[in-house]
Amino acid sequence: MKKSFNILLSFVVLFGIISCNNSESSNKNKGALSSNAAEKVYVAPGEYDEYYAFISGGFSGQLSVYGLPSGRLFKVIPVFSQDAEKAWGYNEETKPMLNTSHGFVPWDDAHHPDISQTNGVLDGRWVFINGNNTPRIAKIDLTTFETTEIIEIPNSAGNHSSSFVTENTEYVVAGTRFSVPIPQRDMPIKDYKGNFKGSLSFISVDPEDGGMDIKFQLLMPGFDYDLSHPGRGKSHGWFFFTTYNSEEANTLLEVNASQNDKDFIAAVNWKKIEEYVNNGGGTKMPTNYAHNVYDEETHTATSTMKKEVLVIDPTEVPGAVYFLPTPKSPHGCDVDPSGEYIVGNGKLSANLTIHSFTKMLDAIENKKFDGEAYGIPILKFEDVLAGVVEQPGLGPLHTEFDDKGNAYTTFFISSEVVKWKLGTWEVVDRQPCYYSVGHLMIPGGNSREPSGKYVVAMNKITKDRYLPTGPEVTQSAQLYDISGEKMELLLDFPTIGEPHYAAGIAADVVMKNSKKIFKIEENKHKYGIKSESEARVERNGNEVHVYMSMIRSHFNPDNIEGIKVGDKVYFHVTNLEQDYDVPHGISMIGANTSELLIMPGQTETFVWEPKQVGVWPFYCTDFCSALHQEMQGYVRVSPASSPLELSWSLGED
Amino acid sequence: MKYLFKSLSVLFVFTLLSCGGGDEKKEKEQVKIGSYKKEETTKAVEKTPATTATIDLSSKGVGPIKNLELPETIDQGLASQGQELFKTKCTACHKVGKKFIGPAPDGVTKRRSPEWIMNMILNPEEMVQKDPIAKQLLIDYNGSPMANQSLTEAEARSILEYFRTLDQ
Repeated sequence: MKKSFNILLSFVVLFGIISCNNSESSNKNKGALSSNAAEKVYVAPGEYDEYYAFISGGFSGQLSVYGLPSGRLFKVIPVFSQDAEKAWGYNEETKPMLNTSHGFVPWDDAHHPDISQTNGVLDGRWVFINGNNTPRIAKIDLTTFETTEIIEIPNSAGNHSSSFVTENTEYVVAGTRFSVPIPQRDMPIKDYKGNFKGSLSFISVDPEDGGMDIKFQLLMPGFDYDLSHPGRGKSHGWFFFTTYNSEEANTLLEVNASQNDKDFIAAVNWKKIEEYVNNGGGTKMPTNYAHNVYDEETHTATSTMKKEVLVIDPTEVPGAVYFLPTPKSPHGCDVDPSGEYIVGNGKLSANLTIHSFTKMLDAIENKKFDGEAYGIPILKFEDVLAGVVEQPGLGPLHTEFDDKGNAYTTFFISSEVVKWKLGTWEVVDRQPCYYSVGHLMIPGGNSREPSGKYVVAMNKITKDRYLPTGPEVTQSAQLYDISGEKMELLLDFPTIGEPHYAAGIAADVVMKNSKKIFKIEENKHKYGIKSESEARVERNGNEVHVYMSMIRSHFNPDNIEGIKVGDKVYFHVTNLEQDYDVPHGISMIGANTSELLIMPGQTETFVWEPKQVGVWPFYCTDFCSALHQEMQGYVRVSPASSPLELSWSLGED
Repeated sequence: MKYLFKSLSVLFVFTLLSCGGGDEKKEKEQVKIGSYKKEETTKAVEKTPATTATIDLSSKGVGPIKNLELPETIDQGLASQGQELFKTKCTACHKVGKKFIGPAPDGVTKRRSPEWIMNMILNPEEMVQKDPIAKQLLIDYNGSPMANQSLTEAEARSILEYFRTLDQ
């Protein structure tokens, strides 16, 4: 009680200070043309935002696309969850995308988007994001803003220290949060210690088409691998993972995993392991996982089950893995733009710990070890420590960096963003978050060249910040101007699901590549048609295939007869439009699935199994033209015994 | 963009409705409804609407094509390319010898300048807003917009060559 009172008090005090600061700074800069917060986030009608922000949808399983600084929502990209609006996971083409070794899994918990890089700078080709629950990594193509690949991660559970990319997108990395028996087997839970293992997966990314492939999995001691980030610049070739539960507890972790004074940051020299693998190192382990790829020309996904993965025992590769002691249950693991500093955000620690990459190399060279864990050398804390930010706040979670040598750390318990200086470790500024901030994001954050204009804080709790909507209220993000010495809160905006991490990028890098239509000539869909003359209906037993086209404002055919109760009717619908922003939809009364929303030049399929005799209409669901309401048709369904032959037509009497 | 388009469409529908939708409208407009219905019921002996038949070889329309001299002889190779393109990109709305969603293509080279035809293919949105003939055609064809099929000038030119073969 007393504690919470204190926190409350410090809040009030903080708030007071901030209000003073605000008025002070606004007074200072006030001229005839000086702007207020509203002007700074105002993007006039018809104008564009400066940045794209890809904000994870958390337990919605999706990825949302916002503009900054306006906070306007442009699109929700379906990734791991079925989305009836876009038929994702409902139409025949995308169902395979949600296939896993556990069968069709129509949901996941999407956490950490990260944008592909070339030479340490965001190139805007793809966004990667992890599915936490049934471990998967998805790739979203930024020419179409659609998910085009999902790879399941075997030997992983709670895929949380993911999906971060290396400087040239050589790898997207996925680490397990929960250690498990590898391979999975029937064994007592209490025998966890020493028997469970944590896998860190390095997924190679094809530089041409972005194709993902698990190059190797490092089988680490049975800790929880919480978050990770790549080295860059001088530390390129290394990857850093925070761990907690180095106690290897299997129950009541809130107590039992908080015993050790220090856990670790695992430093992995992936270049060394890559070399080992390229020279034939590692062991092929039988396993089973799904690799799902969506092809833009066939507009269709395929799912392949893979049966083998290459695993590496870290002790087989001397010099590949070291532990950096880090207080205390560190969560975020963040590397500064120069690659020198590795920040361990110790959740339960009073101070922030910053390690030095240079000192780490030096300690390794001089073998300044402080014992080992399961054969992995532990470096001496004092030898790798670069500095400490003394008591900056309560419950540090994540740190991002600007382009001026400052770092910004979120504090969950004291609900604030704290700005501090790299090298001097002094606190420069703090601003409250409403409330309980988790991640934060600076556009270009995970790269050599972060932007210095905005930081977005993503909050876990909003309570009284918006109009109430029953017990469940919105999650939110908050935008701060960080161009000055002091941060300035500009905007609150609601988000979908629970926003975890986000990735931001300058709009001009991405928007020039954004596709407007799919070329009909390039449509290689098995059931696609290229002109109305190919429209037809074919029967194969009780399976009926409708090859249908759509264009403003009719379907061809729009009258179909000869369908019978008990038939399985596939509607393969091609949008023949070749103009920007003219999608058409289609929905059938009683179909046990979603609508289709079909882009120009694209083909999609839904299945309808009519159960009742009658004449049943279908119609276009996306307001497409002045005659949208006329875009409709009928299917006549006859009894199973009916001798009526199939027939179809458009515009005939 | 989409929003703009949709609001335009809504506006447009509204306009359509206001000039011919409801029974409670003015007498003048009721006559219009009547004639429209008549046209539908006599579909079998359907005539091409007057404006489609209007011959205006001087107007070049609105769009990128300002001046186009056609050679005397028809390039058959180009025309067959155009025929293939016409099949995939246009037949959803235009059929030879038959009024469909839009007018039949045959005869068009006798009624319109080459520039007008090209501009209608390449720049339909602006044409139906600014060109008097295109505006009237949009009304005559129930407000069905001519879809922009994102053809290149060369592609549109090949389709024009195909149209020429229809009018030989």
